[in-house]
Amino acid sequence: MTETELRVSKIENGTVIDHITGGQALNVLAILGIDGSSGEEVSVGMNVPSDRLGRKDIVKVEGRELSQNEVDVLSLIAPAATINIVRDFDVIEKHRVSRPEAVTGVLSCPNANCITTENEPVESRFEVLEEGVRCAYCDTIIRDSLAAHISVA
Amino acid sequence: MRHDHLISAKQLSRDDIEAVLDRAAEIADDPGAVADAREDTLLGLCFFEPSTRTKMSFDTAMKRLGGDTVDMGSVESSSVKKGESLADTVRVIEGYTDAVVLRHPSEGAAKLASEFVDVPVINAGDGAGQHPTQTLLDLHTIRENAGFEDLTIGIMGDLKYGRTVHSLAHALTNFDVSQHFISPESLRLPRSVRFDLHESGAQVREHTEIEEVLETLDVLYVTRIQRERFPDENEYRQVAGQYRIDAEMLEAAKDDLTVMHPLPRVDEIAPDVDDTDHATYFEQAHNGVPVRMALLDEIL
Ligand SMILES: [Zn+2]
Repeated sequence: MTETELRVSKIENGTVIDHITGGQALNVLAILGIDGSSGEEVSVGMNVPSDRLGRKDIVKVEGRELSQNEVDVLSLIAPAATINIVRDFDVIEKHRVSRPEAVTGVLSCPNANCITTENEPVESRFEVLEEGVRCAYCDTIIRDSLAAHISVA
Repeated sequence: MRHDHLISAKQLSRDDIEAVLDRAAEIADDPGAVADAREDTLLGLCFFEPSTRTKMSFDTAMKRLGGDTVDMGSVESSSVKKGESLADTVRVIEGYTDAVVLRHPSEGAAKLASEFVDVPVINAGDGAGQHPTQTLLDLHTIRENAGFEDLTIGIMGDLKYGRTVHSLAHALTNFDVSQHFISPESLRLPRSVRFDLHESGAQVREHTEIEEVLETLDVLYVTRIQRERFPDENEYRQVAGQYRIDAEMLEAAKDDLTVMHPLPRVDEIAPDVDDTDHATYFEQAHNGVPVRMALLDEIL
């Protein structure tokens, strides 16, 4: 247990997302749809020193495990993140995020003339490129500030 | 062609393209031979924005193959006006017809439609996206006039919103062609198209002035710069005037330069070009029928 980790309280059951790119913690919460209103216990560490990243963010969510879809989108804004599943205060599973081939339903297309922004019965779908993502319908590429296009339910 | 739907020129391999163009050439030589090739086929024409020529060209092609068409009519008089989704509209029309030709003002519309129906969807233009059948007739015109070997093509005008340009640029990456894009800075190719061209390893250069490349070109493909893209009239005039060609300018070009335009033109090609050997845009428009006949015969 390093001093850095101690700054954020331990959780009993839930998920610790570590090695988040510095400054992205609030976007990670947005992806998870967490704004505190439904009472989850959440701890956030921002810009804490990290050997690997220089500065990193860390998010701990009590009583919540992540879906694959959430992990997929997470990987786009925090490619170095590690996901630790905690049960009874022990890390029982630890894995790094990997970039998916596509993400569905989480990002909204920035092209106002894209058919997915209209009242059609489809979810948005983006192919994941080496840098950025690309709308599977209109081909628009988003390279920067992906987090700005997260559509939180 | 292996594809059920024709959504984007990106789907088309060199073999696909050559198969359609070869068939189109055969049909142009002897249209009577296919007069009843598609006797029982009914094609649905769904045009969510007006395009008299593209619609007429599909209508003509289907009828010349012995088939028939049904027309959704104008959007103003349809249930779309009442707020029906595109997904619902095409699912209804699917039950009436053997294939759907779709023109829609939004990018990605044809792709979406294809996910909801089992009959083939042919994209006849989706917003600023793609217009693959226009590309096939453009390619046919290029092959007949200049060939695809060691070809240098200039594509000029509104490259940002010009769907015919996006489709054509993709399709040309199948051939030994160097592509020069000439436009005002504000109307250059969108990032997604530049990305694909780069990925395909195409030889691509971008320019702001036609004079930089005119004398090297075998084909010059001109498109219209639309007034509505500019906040004020003066700015439009200034820009549009720089991307206009006339007979005098073309004296600097190769004698066998082929000048093309998807039409309609406004004033980007002066009428005096019509009388030169360069003018190929009316022939290009006429090629729409045999090429669409060939395509429909392959896809249906
Ligand atoms: Zn889109």
